[in-house]
Amino acid sequence: MDTRELAKRIRIHAVNMTSRGGSSHIGSALSMADILAVLYGQCLNVDPARPQWPARDRFILSKGHGGAAVYAALAETGFFSPEVLKTHYQDGGKLSGHVSHKGIPGVEFSTGSLGHGLPVGVGMAKAARLREQAHRVVVLLSDGECDEGSNWEAILFAAHHGLDNLIAIVDYNKIQSLAPVAETLGLEPFTDKWQSFGWDVKEVDGHDHDQMATMLDNPEPGKPRVVIAHTTKGKGVSFMENSVLWHYRTARGQEFEAAISELERSA
Amino acid sequence: MRDEFIRTLTTMAQADDSIVLITGDLGFGVLTEFAERFPKQFINAGVAEQNMTGIAAGMALEGYKVYTYSIANFVFMRCLEQIRNDAAYHDANVNVVSVGGGFSYGALGISHHATEDLAIMRSQPNVSVFCPSDLDETRWVTEVSAKTKGVSYLRLDKSKADDAAPLGPLAVGQARPRSSGRDITFVTAGGILQDVCIAADRLRSDGYDVGVISMPTIKPFDHSTIQKLAGECRAVITVEEHNVVGGLGSAVAESLMASPRRPEIFRSIGLQDQFSSVVGSQAYLRTHYGIDAQGIYEKTRQAVVKSPAIAA
Repeated sequence: MDTRELAKRIRIHAVNMTSRGGSSHIGSALSMADILAVLYGQCLNVDPARPQWPARDRFILSKGHGGAAVYAALAETGFFSPEVLKTHYQDGGKLSGHVSHKGIPGVEFSTGSLGHGLPVGVGMAKAARLREQAHRVVVLLSDGECDEGSNWEAILFAAHHGLDNLIAIVDYNKIQSLAPVAETLGLEPFTDKWQSFGWDVKEVDGHDHDQMATMLDNPEPGKPRVVIAHTTKGKGVSFMENSVLWHYRTARGQEFEAAISELERSA
Repeated sequence: MRDEFIRTLTTMAQADDSIVLITGDLGFGVLTEFAERFPKQFINAGVAEQNMTGIAAGMALEGYKVYTYSIANFVFMRCLEQIRNDAAYHDANVNVVSVGGGFSYGALGISHHATEDLAIMRSQPNVSVFCPSDLDETRWVTEVSAKTKGVSYLRLDKSKADDAAPLGPLAVGQARPRSSGRDITFVTAGGILQDVCIAADRLRSDGYDVGVISMPTIKPFDHSTIQKLAGECRAVITVEEHNVVGGLGSAVAESLMASPRRPEIFRSIGLQDQFSSVVGSQAYLRTHYGIDAQGIYEKTRQAVVKSPAIAA
């Protein structure tokens, strides 16, 4: 499937899932839909027929609150039936609001509390290095999540150990839970911070599939990579874009109809 | 105990290259040989326990048997959420080694006193909690933790009891009775067993029939041994270098309350929901807080003297 079509389907699923379940975080899911589409549709070396294939690339969603989008990406790429998506956030369902691996093929790791995914990914990357395995470890973080000190511990460690099989992607939509990042706990100069910690830094438009197509390729030897993906929170639904409100708000009624309609009409 | 742990782990690491030791920049002089002999199985993660535990979970999910190592609270409390979410929830083979249980690092102050660890770790699903009392048990918990699914918590004490009769086969979750008695049975864990043994001898001199049980595994808990006591012994006294809230005493009480029979007397000897605010060695602090041999003896005497059924 074309990655743009995949991104569109991820967005439509995510709106359906969060609206049906009355859950939050649609803005975060829409923000990273293109990143996930490029990863699952093109970059990641994974096999839906063998979710535990030892040579697979490992993908960890550290911003676990965006789990709806990952579930959608996995369903659309054949890890499980899209029917399962209807159980998201439902009593007795399989798919919790924050991404969980239990009984869900393709989910590498459960998260939900921020600042956990990168250290675990570092451990996986270190293990692969020690065993001279060729797979890569990709961790997707939110920008607000970079407030967590545990990430900076991991950032120090990964550079010190030269883990060039590790790629962190930051979904940099510049809005966190209650307010813009710049008003909460500013991250800028963000790229400089990663560079000074010894990482290979790439900046991309997190909605430009061509720019992201090679984001995992050609690692700089001895350096972990971070891809700073500049994104728009709520991307794809005009009234959700760049709005703090849609971190928590659920689209219902006319808002839901309008969101789905706009996404279905999109290219 | 710490040295015995490292000796044992060194033997294990030689035979199994999936054993990895990660320290949070502690273990001066103790870990040097391990680090030199097994450079691919040793990591100093720096003073960063959250990351250390996350890394441990990540490596464990890739097939390693990982031991995280630091002093007292640093290795489990600073990074409790990583232990819970990243390791325990994922059934990762992460073995958390807390060096300095209870007042082991007495004079260093409350930051270094691990006196709530058993309660905290006991409350975590998928976590086995070990608290050896002597070197035999230390060797056993080190070996058995690598084979135990999920997270293991190892509380290593500076003090230790003398080794008893040969350990023999011991299962995870099995109590280790050192002696039995119909009047009083002490249930204890950790190096404080040495004080319990002294107190037990004094009570025997007073004419009581006294038993002592060591609990190298606090979780899973040996309910059957404890519940059997209810019918066989009049007074059950728990002793721990730990808060009386949530630790060994609580585990024994939970077990006894679920039993059809109860002992006539139950007492939980430990810290009375307090932080230490005096300076001193492990032995000094035990005395100060009434959990040394004399304190255990006196508290037990007071408890049993009031019971006409246990008149010595």
